[in-house]
Amino acid sequence: MDKLNLGKHISGKFNEELESVMSKVLAMGGLVEKQLMDALEAIQKSDQELAERVLKSDRKINELELEIDQACTRIIAKRQPTASDLRLVLSILKAISDLERMGDEVERLAHVAQESFSKDQEHLLVSLENLGQLVLVMLRQVLDAFARMDEEAAYSVHQQDASADRQYEALTRQLMTYMMEDSRSIPKIMDVLWAARSLERIGDRCQNIAEYIIFFVRGKDVRHMSPASMENTVKGIR
Amino acid sequence: MATSTQPNSATETNTIMSTEQQAKPTIKTQLQQDGVAEQLADLEIKLKVNNLRLSYGESEALKGINLDIPKNRVTAFIGPSGCGKSTLLRCFNRMNDLVDNCTITGEIVLDGQNIYQPKVDVAELRRQVGMVFQKPNPFPKSIYENVAYGLRLQGVNDRRTLDEVVETSLRGAALWDEVKDRLHDNAFGLSGGQQQRLVIARAIAIEPEVLLLDEPASALDPISTLKIEELINELKEQYTIVIVTHNMQQAARVSDFTAFLYMGQLIEHADTNALFTTPMKKQTEDYITGRYG
Repeated sequence: MDKLNLGKHISGKFNEELESVMSKVLAMGGLVEKQLMDALEAIQKSDQELAERVLKSDRKINELELEIDQACTRIIAKRQPTASDLRLVLSILKAISDLERMGDEVERLAHVAQESFSKDQEHLLVSLENLGQLVLVMLRQVLDAFARMDEEAAYSVHQQDASADRQYEALTRQLMTYMMEDSRSIPKIMDVLWAARSLERIGDRCQNIAEYIIFFVRGKDVRHMSPASMENTVKGIR
Repeated sequence: MATSTQPNSATETNTIMSTEQQAKPTIKTQLQQDGVAEQLADLEIKLKVNNLRLSYGESEALKGINLDIPKNRVTAFIGPSGCGKSTLLRCFNRMNDLVDNCTITGEIVLDGQNIYQPKVDVAELRRQVGMVFQKPNPFPKSIYENVAYGLRLQGVNDRRTLDEVVETSLRGAALWDEVKDRLHDNAFGLSGGQQQRLVIARAIAIEPEVLLLDEPASALDPISTLKIEELINELKEQYTIVIVTHNMQQAARVSDFTAFLYMGQLIEHADTNALFTTPMKKQTEDYITGRYG
């Protein structure tokens, strides 16, 4: 919480408001992380019940998004935040919309978990597992970086997305080969492909959150920036 | 299989990197590229403060200020009480000359001339550099005579000229429509917000080049405050405006440039858009976000 420096406002009430909204964001992130973890497990074990629970947990995430949205609106209206406070509120607003979308992607994974796969199709799910674990690690790390507003950690997550993209591409090619080999399996393979796509999107959204962290710390928007100038920004080279 | 796409993306990255390396964008230039921030170097400078030091007796209130005030822009001074912002403002038309024990070194250059040179006519300087204070201070005269006062002092008595100047000044101060039917009523009958705009009309009647505003809206209600702020925005077309305000949001709303002063020193001076979103100094950050340092 060092870089956040939330507790040092002269107005103790303002400190409380920011701390409360920040802890809600972390709670929301925790829920999405748990949801993704469960969805991956449900796929791996074909656990219908767990998949059902994942689908239900989305409601709580949506509620938190609304709550945080309202809290941020109140802070802007009443406190007119500037500088780092303003950047924090903006980063939070953007991050929660990404988190909520991640929740939607996880829902799709849960639907795949509810499908029944025959014995010789199960190897399709194994290939999904690797990508899933990679994305789960990215999500964990980016939430951790958000809690501490650690731009270096955020940058490292940002870099990892390239390997998630590569895995996704490899997986797509593999699935396409299966489709060509056995056209009757196409509907099932399409399901797996959609799940892979969802995981890849979650990776992209982790990357977005990493960008908001860098924006908060460095005061500079690194979206759509070349890799070199982004690295300079993270290192504070002007 | 996946690696087949890699060479492409790698070469793309390299070309971007090589162009980036030629011009590393800074935060400020980024804002400038977006058209959000102006740079002082691109603007004509109306007032230049060079190593200005001011002491009241033993205590030093300004500790070597260097600052450029651009023409036709609004520059705001912000900072905690006692940081020297009002003192600095008062230096621009030598109001501090009236204070006992006040010693000043360094210079303030207005259009190429140091206003602290002995040969400078202070009355003439104050005509060029007008000032409006926190509390509206109309004279106990009619609205008309308040505005015409400066011209009458200069010996102008021609009715037609006076009528014209009174109307333009009152229009300039966005007060004409409210007072045109009662120009000869006593100015004390106006509301606080109207009085403040009257005082601004009086200040611009003598066509100054620079307008100094010392907390011009702090004694006014929010609506009158907004009117004054709107007025400031219109006035900058013709005048160079320097405003001292305790209200940071006001500084953010009305000014083009903001200077943050702390304990007699200039901590940061930058385009207002940049200063309120990405201040470069921690002291500025702490002050504008309401933190204790």
